[in-house]
Amino acid sequence: MLLSLAWRNIWRNKRRTLITAASVLFAVLFSSVMQSIQHGTWDHMVDNVVNYYYGYLQIQGKKFWDDRSIDEVIDRQTLLEKLPEGFKNSYPLVPRLESFALASAGNRTQGALMIGIDPEAENALTGLKGRISKGDYWQSSPEGILVGEGLAENFKIDVGDTLIFLSQGYHGANAIGEYPVRGLIHFASPDLSKTMVYLHLEDAQQFYATGDQITSLVVGLKDKEELPGAIKALHSDLDTATYAVKDWQEMMPELMQAKEMDTASANVILIILYIIISFGIFGTILMMTKDRQYELGVLLSIGMRRMQLFGMMWMEVVMIGLVGVAMGFLISVPLVKYLSLHPFQMTGEYAKAYEKFGAEPIIPPAFDWNIFSWQVLFVFVITTVLAFYPFWVIRKMKPVEAMRL
Amino acid sequence: MKPVIVTKGITKTYQPDTIPVHALRGVDLTIDEGEFVAIVGPSGSGKTTLLNIIGGLDRPSAGYIEVGGKDISKFSDNALIDFRRDHIGFVFQAYNLIPVLTALENVEFVMLLQQLPKEKRNQRAMELLHAVGLDDKVNKRPIELSGGQQQRVAVARALASKPAFVLADEPTANLDSVSTGQLLDIMANLNQEEQMTFVFSTHDQRVIDRAHRVITLEDGKIISDRKGHV
Repeated sequence: MLLSLAWRNIWRNKRRTLITAASVLFAVLFSSVMQSIQHGTWDHMVDNVVNYYYGYLQIQGKKFWDDRSIDEVIDRQTLLEKLPEGFKNSYPLVPRLESFALASAGNRTQGALMIGIDPEAENALTGLKGRISKGDYWQSSPEGILVGEGLAENFKIDVGDTLIFLSQGYHGANAIGEYPVRGLIHFASPDLSKTMVYLHLEDAQQFYATGDQITSLVVGLKDKEELPGAIKALHSDLDTATYAVKDWQEMMPELMQAKEMDTASANVILIILYIIISFGIFGTILMMTKDRQYELGVLLSIGMRRMQLFGMMWMEVVMIGLVGVAMGFLISVPLVKYLSLHPFQMTGEYAKAYEKFGAEPIIPPAFDWNIFSWQVLFVFVITTVLAFYPFWVIRKMKPVEAMRL
Repeated sequence: MKPVIVTKGITKTYQPDTIPVHALRGVDLTIDEGEFVAIVGPSGSGKTTLLNIIGGLDRPSAGYIEVGGKDISKFSDNALIDFRRDHIGFVFQAYNLIPVLTALENVEFVMLLQQLPKEKRNQRAMELLHAVGLDDKVNKRPIELSGGQQQRVAVARALASKPAFVLADEPTANLDSVSTGQLLDIMANLNQEEQMTFVFSTHDQRVIDRAHRVITLEDGKIISDRKGHV
């Protein structure tokens, strides 16, 4: 009967109950949407950056990441032999040979990042072909190079012109080559645009005299959820003295730091939201307790124990909380689903900033059941903790004084 | 007759600010089983304070109070609550029924707190509502009942736990004369037929006229204790 009494009590003052439930509802709604947007924005940013070049996971020579030396290459065939069959069949593997070189045309010279790629595999991973703004993507023949639009502009060259490259090859060999430009690539980032040069992997291996060696093998994971399993498989089969397995977080620490900072500030906002909403809920509990002081005094008088009385009041708040979180959940889920399918389009300077980093200028909320579950749980816990306030009042309540009010 | 309530030298002093207020100044009183007692006196004479102390709702500043043979002034808070639930019935001026419960559920409520089985609770509640003439109102909520009917439900609730006595604080203050008459008839019947002890604090002459014993308080002291008209 106590449960039934509590349930009936909360509907005695429908307006107050609905206001409190609405506070809880909005807490769940706002926190879920905020978290979804925050997570989604970063997931989108990371996906963009990762898929633009690095990939989620790379296998490299042990010291390559730190030294960036062409001497830290690894034998492609040996590496492929060491990889477990299941792993090779599960993920696309994209080889690269990258190093620096001096590029020259006419009387101009500048540094460039030369990347030897397997055009088909690279395009499947990064969509490089789609970024060609002029020329073609090794469709008709394997010769020639693709250069960033910025680099072409610096040299005042166009498709069909030639660039000369000079560098140090494998084990100190001279590296000199002359390549016709077959296409220009659009990079949103001006820095990348001014330095990037793509060439066929075989051309790069010949230029640097590495033979069938590469500097990195990018593992084409579909998303970061596959990362732990892939890393685990590699660590158990690869010789860690020869190879380094780098995930996107190690390769892009600045992005991680930025994400952590943004997450920290989002959490501060979330805490402020929780505090504001807690005050709202607490205000109602306070009113509810104060308004019913007389009634509580009567119940104490006729023999209801303090713990029973508190249990009844606690159940009332918890029931309101349950109604609120259930409604919040039921509204948040379809709303976030809709927003994830129809993300906000950014315009103006924000859009330009996103495009500069090669990201699509949208804010796509992440649809993650964990976000809803945690927010529902967190708001519900806040409500149940606040519901202890009547305990404090009832503990000290004297029936005579309560009934005198 | 066996004494149900015994007080010796009860005093109660409130200290709302710096000046103490002496609500009771040494009250010695014995009420026997089956009595129908009215405590009267002007406002501020200490009637409600005495009733609160007898009912275990308040503790005396000094003195001895025995209810049903037990010194309740030494009871812990929970023991006192349980004692009130099992041994004392309360009827309040403002009825104080639980608004969300029906008349039947209101009467059952105290028995629920006593953890009596549902069937037993229901049976006794029906009997009590029959005794107060509300057989046809068992499923009505307080808001659907008149003041007099609500007070009769309150009497039924007070009797639900088969208490040693019923304390009624101004039970007729909000009732019209017809309802007052009906209520007093019911309580008088219960008193005569079941030897139920009733102690009222009242200003109402109609209640005083029906009391077997009238105790008059003034300035926290008993100034008269006489047999009633009946």
